Amino acid sequence: MKKEGIRDRVAVIGMGCCKFGENWDKGPEDMIIEAAYEAYEDAKIDPSDIQAAWLGTTSSHWVGMGGLALAEPLKLHQIPVTRVENWCATGHEAFRNACFAVAAGMYDIVLALGFEKLKDCGFPGLGIGRGMHPVMEVRRTAPSSFAFIAHRYFHEYGLSYEEGKRTIGKIAVKNHHNGSMHPKAHFRMKVTLEQVLNAPIISSPLGLFDCCGNSDGAAAAIICSSDIAKSFRDDPIYVKGIGLSQNSIAPHFEPNFGWTGFASTQNASRQAYDQAGIKDPRKEIDVAVVHDCFTITELIIYEDLGFSPRGRAREDVDAGTFTLDGELPVNSDGGLKCFGHPIGASGLRMCYEVYKQLQGKCGERQIKKVDRGLAHTLGGHPTVSCVVILGNERG
Amino acid sequence: MVGIKEIAVHLPYYRLTKEAIGSAWGAKGGTGERRVANFDEDSITMAIEAGFKCLKQNGRDHIKGLYFASTTAPYWEKQCSGICAGVLDLPPDIRTSDFGGSTRSGTNAILSAVDAVKGGLGDVLVLTADCRPALPRSNLESLFGDAGAAILLGDSDVICDFRDSYSIWDDITDVWRMDKDDFVKTWEDRFVVQMGYEKNLERSVKTILERNNLKAEDIDKVVFYGPDSRSHKRMIRRLGFKPEQVQDSLLDKIGNTGSPQVLIMLAAALSDAKPGHKIIWANFGSGSDAFLLEVTAEIEKRDISLTTVLPLDVGEELSYQKYLAFRGFVQTPQELVRLFPSASVMWRTRNWVSSLHGSKCNRCGTITFPVQRVCYSCKAKDDFEEVRLSDKKGKVFSYSLDNLAGGPNPPTIQTIVETEGGARIYCLMTDCNPKEIEIGVPVEMTLRLFHEEGGFYNYYWKCRPVYGDQA
Repeated sequence: MKKEGIRDRVAVIGMGCCKFGENWDKGPEDMIIEAAYEAYEDAKIDPSDIQAAWLGTTSSHWVGMGGLALAEPLKLHQIPVTRVENWCATGHEAFRNACFAVAAGMYDIVLALGFEKLKDCGFPGLGIGRGMHPVMEVRRTAPSSFAFIAHRYFHEYGLSYEEGKRTIGKIAVKNHHNGSMHPKAHFRMKVTLEQVLNAPIISSPLGLFDCCGNSDGAAAAIICSSDIAKSFRDDPIYVKGIGLSQNSIAPHFEPNFGWTGFASTQNASRQAYDQAGIKDPRKEIDVAVVHDCFTITELIIYEDLGFSPRGRAREDVDAGTFTLDGELPVNSDGGLKCFGHPIGASGLRMCYEVYKQLQGKCGERQIKKVDRGLAHTLGGHPTVSCVVILGNERG
Repeated sequence: MVGIKEIAVHLPYYRLTKEAIGSAWGAKGGTGERRVANFDEDSITMAIEAGFKCLKQNGRDHIKGLYFASTTAPYWEKQCSGICAGVLDLPPDIRTSDFGGSTRSGTNAILSAVDAVKGGLGDVLVLTADCRPALPRSNLESLFGDAGAAILLGDSDVICDFRDSYSIWDDITDVWRMDKDDFVKTWEDRFVVQMGYEKNLERSVKTILERNNLKAEDIDKVVFYGPDSRSHKRMIRRLGFKPEQVQDSLLDKIGNTGSPQVLIMLAAALSDAKPGHKIIWANFGSGSDAFLLEVTAEIEKRDISLTTVLPLDVGEELSYQKYLAFRGFVQTPQELVRLFPSASVMWRTRNWVSSLHGSKCNRCGTITFPVQRVCYSCKAKDDFEEVRLSDKKGKVFSYSLDNLAGGPNPPTIQTIVETEGGARIYCLMTDCNPKEIEIGVPVEMTLRLFHEEGGFYNYYWKCRPVYGDQA
């Protein structure tokens, strides 16, 4: 990879995001239209200005294969539309490829859009059974994969079950607090630590409030070359770095895998930090929107992203480091926990929050001094990680 | 001399008390209990469990035949002994055969095996198990029990010789199950006992004594089938044995397990047998098989207690409601599982799925499950040997008690097991109390039935805590 990578070569000039939640009365096309047209309007462009588009979505049940699920509702029939998929990093993958196409000089203005329609499948959560084999992972669930991390993390760092539960429980309280202030979030109620601790167990030690929402949703970004960004708006947001990495697709079968941290997040963030010139992320990042699919995930992400020393994220949780008025606010929009997790949309929803924070448009959630923000997705078992760094100044 | 090299038993984890059955129907259930196969067990998995125990001290090299015997074989068409051979990781060029049709199927298979050993084939492993379906509220429901047993036969290092055998057949419709029946049926009790059981067993036992010039008092132990405790006791008197000569039928502890019953009783009898002991061993079912056995000096040379002392105290009581659900007699919610069944995938991956092979890198020694062509650690390509992990002990590396995964007995216990040698295996845990699971718990691997998607039985591996002295 070239040293500066994608830094400052492309900019985001418009973003959109539909209301996330159990959108029983909306089809994929409704959510796609809402997100895309909000982004067009934000960028003050006409749909005909879009020269190419990338769609991120993980499942084909209701929309078929390829890019048509995006092209059809938006009537983008004359331009190339490409569908990408990369587990929970799918939204970021659409954004990433759109950025590269602009940076390559192929297009001036492109659209990246991610969506997922999870709630038409007839089961709660992401369903039962994982992997690609008829028997090897028959009853594995998403929560159980992350529960492996929790039990192992508690064990390695000497947290009792109760101490562990309280530590991750505080992350749920924080994210519910933040999400309660976002009108587009799936869950908008605050919760107390007692509520979190007393909630039914989904996959021990993870209780109901340790698990993110399974939601329907769509989010979109309009990306152009940095050189023309100011012609659309005064406050374009510049892409400072993008990293992507994966560890084994089957960490639960990989010898010596530690289960208290993920090389995919560590490597993806290192790639992005190098491009952005970030040496000390805890000091140089002003807001982070990360992949809190479960509260334990957010805890180890603090360490994998270099915000907290290894094994000591608990001290930062107790100190309130990551609260909205803390040293480094994390998941200012409620995160996956409250905003919801329509898989293909999530990476772009995270960028949407960072983008709005960098533009100072977040109302009561607005963080005071924000110049650089980070969005992070972690997909698979967990396997794939993408880190995007955005800034509001070029250079 | 042809004889028994090893004999082993598998008792399922769950017990159903007769009191629980009785109270479910507002009746007196009586005393005693029976064993119930877990929801993920069937005759194949229970037979294999016993088979693994037989292999522990004997290796696989000398085994030239594998017979499977059951009245409740999961398949009408598809060889069960072949499934067992794959799971036990036996060579591809051994003789396999299935026996069935009566509760005598186990001893029928043993008779054939003895002849095969005599004929010079080599050692033969006989697996037998039954999981006989009884109508809810029927007498058979509390009489029956589920279990498996295995016996390894050979002509060297035997703990017990086969001195003689005698068999009779009887075309009697006493206890039966038609090809389209869901449950075992019987004719009137008195006919079944008097004309079937008593007549046949008495004749075979008396004949084998007579033709060997033996009297009842010459026998150190007599081990014979019993359909129920009362009939078994009555038979002792009819045959002229004293109660202390007779092996406990275990009917009030395990139940009438059908094909494996007399093997389980023989294992228990051998646990305290001495060299020179003469044993009469007799089975019943559409006729009778009787054997004269003699214990050899070999029995004192090695510790057979691991396979012959029955783990009667291991396990948990099961509620009647769960028993009905485990055996499929009532329907329970089925979760939407997002996986595709595929016979060809199961076939292609049989070395992992059936035989639980991992790969050991020739360059750096890393052991991985399933087999990896490119090593996780040193990236060496196609430079490995396959290693069997099914007989390796392991420890729980991490786990979860999952209430989302559903299944017949939630919570579903999900684990990552680290085996001896460092392989990691993600698997479900079975036969355990969820409250006793924590990181570091010692486990062993066990083959179980996973689902019937695709219209066939999909078997794969789970782990379970190591119980008893084997920990």
